[in-house]
Amino acid sequence: MPSPRRELLRVAGAESLGPYTLLRLARGGVDPGAPGQFFMLEAPGRLLPRALSLCLAPAGELAFLVDPVGPGTASLCALARGDAIHVFGPLGHGFRLDVERPLLVGGGVGVAPLPYLAEALRFPPAVLGFRSGWHAEAAALLPGAEVAIEPTLVTELIRPGHELLACGPEPMLHAVAALCPGAQLAWEAPMACGYGACYGCAVEIGGELKRLCVEGPVLLAA
Amino acid sequence: MLLNASGCLDALAAPEVARQLDAFVTKTVTPLPREGNAPPRIAETAHGMLNAIGLANPGRERFLAEQLPRLQELAIPLWVSVGGFCARDYADTCATLEAVDAIELNLSCPNVDEAADSAAAIVAACRAATSLPLFAKLSAAHPDVAAVARSVAAAGADGLSLINTLRGLALDPHTLEPVLARGAGGLSGPSLKPVALATVHACYAATRLPIVGMGGIATAQDVVEFVACGALHVALGTVLFADADAPARIREELAVVPVDDRYGAAHAAEKALELPAKAVA
Repeated sequence: MPSPRRELLRVAGAESLGPYTLLRLARGGVDPGAPGQFFMLEAPGRLLPRALSLCLAPAGELAFLVDPVGPGTASLCALARGDAIHVFGPLGHGFRLDVERPLLVGGGVGVAPLPYLAEALRFPPAVLGFRSGWHAEAAALLPGAEVAIEPTLVTELIRPGHELLACGPEPMLHAVAALCPGAQLAWEAPMACGYGACYGCAVEIGGELKRLCVEGPVLLAA
Repeated sequence: MLLNASGCLDALAAPEVARQLDAFVTKTVTPLPREGNAPPRIAETAHGMLNAIGLANPGRERFLAEQLPRLQELAIPLWVSVGGFCARDYADTCATLEAVDAIELNLSCPNVDEAADSAAAIVAACRAATSLPLFAKLSAAHPDVAAVARSVAAAGADGLSLINTLRGLALDPHTLEPVLARGAGGLSGPSLKPVALATVHACYAATRLPIVGMGGIATAQDVVEFVACGALHVALGTVLFADADAPARIREELAVVPVDDRYGAAHAAEKALELPAKAVA
């Protein structure tokens, strides 16, 4: 695994996709890492960086899908070409890529790591769920994906006979785990550091509280 | 010396960060394993953060058997932070520690119930149990922290670690419920610095003991200010979360910081005593 590196990266561009922003940064010397790994992005004006998984790795760039849910992510969405922020990564454990018949499952901003993952898996089928048509504009990141919009749930689109690789809200991940024990699930937790220092991102794994940034963020469904 | 604040770095998970320090301070070790508090455990605030980790640690037995040998292999000077719920807890752990450079007694975690014994009684029990250097980590929340500092000095502490986090509360703006599952947590980061400086100054004036100053240090200028108030060493906490390269960066900054009596200068602390008493009382 490439070792994480912290660098000041320049914003190459920022495009809106429904409520989300696709933030593109000039890569510098930072390795894109494996699909499902994440980066800590300096949030301008905030004390702590924000954890975001890599969405796409265009030549010379790193791209992140940001949902402006709070002041930190809002400050990231407000960045413009030419601005610069510190980026630290790649961090954590990503998806295992030795899967036979992959199906990617994404919900909301949880579609973020799937485009980069799809590329690594040579574009397997994907099913995505969103709460509205506006949110579903992010499906453009995964051409060919089947899309469910609430009240239809993405889990209704899952066909049997696949190994599931999923990222999305917790209820969706629990539903995927129930459908497919052994699914690879990318989880999220509040995180101050991203490298095992703060013990803030504790989640229950195998009956014990463990640090998601060190053990995950991709975990096998029990 | 440049250290980390206990609980703000895991040298086994990030040895390259620990190697930037002059000594690594472990997360607090308690007699029994502690899983820690339920998540969410952290919250960002204006100019700081709250944590309620709850002294998550594998317990003394597993620490000694599994973690300590691996930490010693890193060949970084090692301080072990010791916690407990009575003087006996602390002393028993101190008695088991060998081949470490110092012990920090965590007498001030805001996220667990207070130890029943006084800080001085805990230090005295530990003094009887070990000849290793003992640093007492005190809370600035005590109404007369200088008096506590004097009492732990009299009980045999070799130094002081100042300060721990201060209890704080953050509410979700929509639900008005606490953000942290435990409710309140410990405040750290830049908002703590003025409190830490005043506490370091007061305790240095009261004891002249070696002090590890900490609380919101993020730049060389912060380091110089802590030394000016009486700190002999400094520790980095919250800044490590945002910048894993902070120790190396601060060392570089110290090389160019525009003051004569820089970090480590012996008489900077003496100068601090010349501050008018009423300014820091």
